[in-house]
Amino acid sequence: MFTTTTTTTRRRTLVTTGALGMTLALVLAGCGARAGDDPAAAGSSPAASCVDTSGGTVKLGFLNSLTGGMAISEKTVSNVLHMAADEINNGGGILGKKIQYVQEDGATDWPTFAEKTEKLLTQDCVAAIFGGWTSSSRKAVKPVVEKLNGLFFYPVQYEGLESSPNIYYTGATTNQQIIPAMDFLAAKGVKTLFLAGSDYVFPRTANAIIKLYAAKLGIKIVGEEYVPLDKDDWTSQVAKIVAAKPDFIFNTINGSSNVGFVKAYYDAGLTPAKTPIISVSIAEEEAPAMGHEVTGNYASWNYFQSLKTPTNPKFIQSWKAYPNSSGVTSDPMEAAYISLYLYKSLVEAAGSFDVDAVNAAAKSHTITFDAPEGKVTLNGKNHHISKPGHIGQINASNQFDIVWASGKFIEPDPYLEGYGWFPADIRKQLVDAAG
Amino acid sequence: MTKLKPWISLGGIGVFAVLLLAVAPVVLSDHWLNNLGKYCCWAIAAVGIGLAWGRGGMLVMGQGVFFALGAYSMAMHLTLETAGDRVPGFMVLYDPLAPLPAFWEPFRSAGFTLVAIVLLPVVVAGILGYALFKRRVKGAYFAILTQALAVALATLISSTIRETGGDTGLSDFKYFFGFVLNDPANKVMVYAITAALLVGCLLAVRQLYRSRFGELLVAARDAEERVRFLGYDPANVKLVAFVVSALMASVGGAMFVPLVGIITPAEIGAAASILMIAGVAFGGRASLFGPALGAMAVGWGQSSLGSTWPEGWTYILGLLFVVVILFLPHGLSSLPARFAAMRRRPEPPPAPAIAAAELEEVRS
Repeated sequence: MFTTTTTTTRRRTLVTTGALGMTLALVLAGCGARAGDDPAAAGSSPAASCVDTSGGTVKLGFLNSLTGGMAISEKTVSNVLHMAADEINNGGGILGKKIQYVQEDGATDWPTFAEKTEKLLTQDCVAAIFGGWTSSSRKAVKPVVEKLNGLFFYPVQYEGLESSPNIYYTGATTNQQIIPAMDFLAAKGVKTLFLAGSDYVFPRTANAIIKLYAAKLGIKIVGEEYVPLDKDDWTSQVAKIVAAKPDFIFNTINGSSNVGFVKAYYDAGLTPAKTPIISVSIAEEEAPAMGHEVTGNYASWNYFQSLKTPTNPKFIQSWKAYPNSSGVTSDPMEAAYISLYLYKSLVEAAGSFDVDAVNAAAKSHTITFDAPEGKVTLNGKNHHISKPGHIGQINASNQFDIVWASGKFIEPDPYLEGYGWFPADIRKQLVDAAG
Repeated sequence: MTKLKPWISLGGIGVFAVLLLAVAPVVLSDHWLNNLGKYCCWAIAAVGIGLAWGRGGMLVMGQGVFFALGAYSMAMHLTLETAGDRVPGFMVLYDPLAPLPAFWEPFRSAGFTLVAIVLLPVVVAGILGYALFKRRVKGAYFAILTQALAVALATLISSTIRETGGDTGLSDFKYFFGFVLNDPANKVMVYAITAALLVGCLLAVRQLYRSRFGELLVAARDAEERVRFLGYDPANVKLVAFVVSALMASVGGAMFVPLVGIITPAEIGAAASILMIAGVAFGGRASLFGPALGAMAVGWGQSSLGSTWPEGWTYILGLLFVVVILFLPHGLSSLPARFAAMRRRPEPPPAPAIAAAELEEVRS
């Protein structure tokens, strides 16, 4: 029925052109490396870096979601990075070179994060990139910085079980936030726990670790519920919490979905006095935005605005005076602030902006920074930093009263190697899968 | 319009092929060549939308579904190729001891993957199209239904994190059918395959447009009852166009994965599906080159304007879309015809395809 009126000549052009294209593709393929080739000859060694620091400036890339769902959180990180860059420039720059930053928008879209990372490294020729928030964005950036041998500084607490020669993590890994929170719950005599999280990589992994540790601590997990990041109706999940009657709720919900969760929590008649929540993503910025009183609930972080350290007052003051400031400081902001200063110390220890030199300096030197949360030390092997653990309770002015502190700084242990309850075979599988 | 200048359209495709395959790899940097490859993927899907929507009048608002079938088939294969004998890393993260889900297993085979990229969209679109067109579902109902499918699939993928990577998506591919993906020469090869596929798709729809099938498709769009009266079943005509457009979306999706290095539900959901339509409308849905060029322009805008003015770029896109729909309902590619019509005032009827499309506009 659909016989075409085309002549054979036309059909032949179609075939010829298609064949031509394919031939060209195959000719080009002739030069590429195949799996199993010698990696040195396989061209997988990255092209020479195009970073140019011969002038009076060094280019750095800031990659934050300025649009989309995560913009509300990531704009603050972007602003605090700008503030830190201004501070460093006023103090003479890095190795005497002024920071010239290129701001890119990740648009809350993970492929965009990958594309912009490549752009920053190959088109703008930046010496390092700072930013990201969600673990998904980091996982999109990771293969690109590894391929191009770039540097990425990631400022947000995350689920651990990762390390990369091309990434520095200035937020907490699990043993600096999740495990202290569990220790706090055990000390409080909590017997039953309900897990509520957003449906993506961080909450899923964090809860897998929480379940393993809870078994060791004798805490019973009475339920586990997830809602996609972009959905905020928690009504039916909260009904399950009401039925399960847990002593505590462990909240790994991220972003604005928390507003829906807190609303459903109060609508169901739950109160912080009887069923308190401990969160790992609600900080000073988010607490006033919950739309409900959240007083009495808890959060586990390394930094709180209420911390009494020598450098914290100056940090808070600078931020309040900064244009575009939100007026309050929070943990991810502080970690972003640390990241730029940590990079400065690394470059100065290395005496060079070269990625391999910086990584070598991380191993050979003790890199420290007097951060607002205290004096942090870089672990040159796993590229994480030591951090103090703190639990805060939200007070009426949406600030946190410190109710528990780890005392000493906790060494970063992303693969939980110092924790006997974490199964060795799983660790091995994870390391193998990542390698 | 089509019969008037057979060699012009073929020559156009030739020039386009030379630009994409010979000029671009020499002129562009690795980064922009890779980006151009990504736009080509959207353009491949857009060529299919041009066929289904521009010529067939079916407003396919859920091409993300078919884009996903190709993309996820390819991504599963590349993930397994990278993981080797092991269970992929992200699965270990969520449930360390569970085995590989059964539906992943066949995607180990390169042959099965290639067949799946072609057959999955054909089968899905075939069943869906048959059910819808035989029941004479059309217009807004058809559009809403396809859109809903895209939303449903994106939600399904988001909520099955261990099986599909969820919202984080699948990424970190090391090999592409045995080729090391990091190798710049192989990157150019992947680009060249994508560009060649786009040229192939353009040639295929050109043949379809010039064939009796193409005329039947336009007839089914503009006067479905008359086509039926003449003894043809318009459902079959539309079904073929719909299946071909699904196949093209799937091919675009499959090439998107090695080029961009990551696939997430956000790239296949409602917003992504609408962006595909926007490019087609912008370029001119019923023309041969309009859909592809429109999709590439939108992709380029996203990359470059999104960098210089992140908060403003979506407004520019929206404004452009409104202006085009209001003043140039047949997209930018109708501009030459408009000018020609203006120059020779005494002959009022513009090109036949446009007249037919305008007729449809009046009716709907």
